[in-house]
Amino acid sequence: MAYTKRLDGRKQKEFRQITAKAGVIKNADGSAYFKIGNTVAYAAVYGPRELHPKFMQDPSTGILRCNYNMMPFAGMGNRVRPGQNRRAKEISMVTQKALLPVVDLKEFPNAVIDVFVELPQTDAGSRCAGICAASIALADAGIPMKDLVSAVSVGTVDGTIVVDLDYGEEAYDGSVADIPIAYIPSTEEISLLQMDGEITKETLLEALEIGKIAWHEIIEIQKNALKEKYKVSGEENE
Amino acid sequence: MNKKNPVREHILKSLQLGMRPDGRALEQYRNVEVTYGVSKTAEGSALVKIGDTEVIAGAKLSVEVPFPDTPDEGIIMVNAELLPLSSPRFEAGPPGIEAVELARVVDRGLRESKALDLKKLCIKKGEKVWAVSVDICTINDAGNLFDAAGLAAIAALQDAVFPSYDGTEVDYDTKTTEKLPLSKTPIPITVLKIGDYFIVDALQEEMASVDSRLTVTTTADGTICSLQKGGDVAITLADIDKMITLSLVQAKMLRKKL
Repeated sequence: MAYTKRLDGRKQKEFRQITAKAGVIKNADGSAYFKIGNTVAYAAVYGPRELHPKFMQDPSTGILRCNYNMMPFAGMGNRVRPGQNRRAKEISMVTQKALLPVVDLKEFPNAVIDVFVELPQTDAGSRCAGICAASIALADAGIPMKDLVSAVSVGTVDGTIVVDLDYGEEAYDGSVADIPIAYIPSTEEISLLQMDGEITKETLLEALEIGKIAWHEIIEIQKNALKEKYKVSGEENE
Repeated sequence: MNKKNPVREHILKSLQLGMRPDGRALEQYRNVEVTYGVSKTAEGSALVKIGDTEVIAGAKLSVEVPFPDTPDEGIIMVNAELLPLSSPRFEAGPPGIEAVELARVVDRGLRESKALDLKKLCIKKGEKVWAVSVDICTINDAGNLFDAAGLAAIAALQDAVFPSYDGTEVDYDTKTTEKLPLSKTPIPITVLKIGDYFIVDALQEEMASVDSRLTVTTTADGTICSLQKGGDVAITLADIDKMITLSLVQAKMLRKKL
């Protein structure tokens, strides 16, 4: 049986509904809210600020530090114990790598730009949602950037290529490949690439081509969130 | 205390004129908003906004072995996370004393008021009981986290429904319509004393200039179910009288937001 009808009724290349907002946390220098389906991410940026401990400071550039965290009640099953587990540590690291190529921190020697990603509820795709939120938050904080980063997963469920797998699809009884991707539209480069599952080289490349459409659409949603915050009253919001 | 703190001096001068940093009167609360069901993965959740302060509380239910000294009672746990996302003051890592105190004050209010009927959370005596974990996460700290956290916690419990349970395993994907055995609404209100002045719903800069504070948790009938004094300066009986009176008034107002 081929996977022709998606569990939640979406089209093959359709991502879940997105709500994006910039500037949602008053204390932060930049912040964002990014909801895709039932996955919700908040991101806050603090900095550039002095980096402690001092030995970590780099006199040639500022440092980007990312912290991904699920709230204890944000998992699909049991309560997750608070604090960084191995998974959160790894996602924090890949989030930083996904964002690094677009930020220019040369102007901030010895400083740190802290990015905190917090998820109050998740339904798969949380690292991608976190990266989307973080990218908006960095721009909102006025950090010099070459581009925004958009992120959503592509993959296969029972041989069918799909965009933005939800939890039901990740857990589908059959062969599944889940590939979270972060994408930089101006250079057409990929800054996050991970995969669970099985896939052939040909299908992978095909899935990545299909993903491009979604990433470009998501970038527009991210841009609109920023335009919405910074629009001058009376000005038409394009 | 803090005699040389210029922020405190400024706040004190304004208080003499009956003004707060944001223009409020001394006994005036900011706008309060409660939104239920903000986390679909939690069995119950609520987001509370008090002015620019924003906290989310989520309740998770699980089946656990009861404590040996209370074999026929369910378990309630309260934890608070002062997320680094919510303020430049907070750092990532294990909870500091501020988070621990916050969680314990909210915990005591819920526990001592007997808001939850723990006996009704018993499934099989000595073997299986429901455990309710309330996690409070700060989104933006603009002061008065005690009141915000306490209100969010009780709101999350009111919002909660049991997941389905077949006697061996909890099925978190299937929620029932059954609510928690919750009979009371303990509400903590924190009153600050700065100089000779008493204020409610303090901003962060007011919290930082405090002489003494008292968090008074009361139920709807006015019973006090927990107290916590903070700050470096001692208070008189007259102060306590005044602070409790103020908190009773505010608790009544806050309870209407639930």
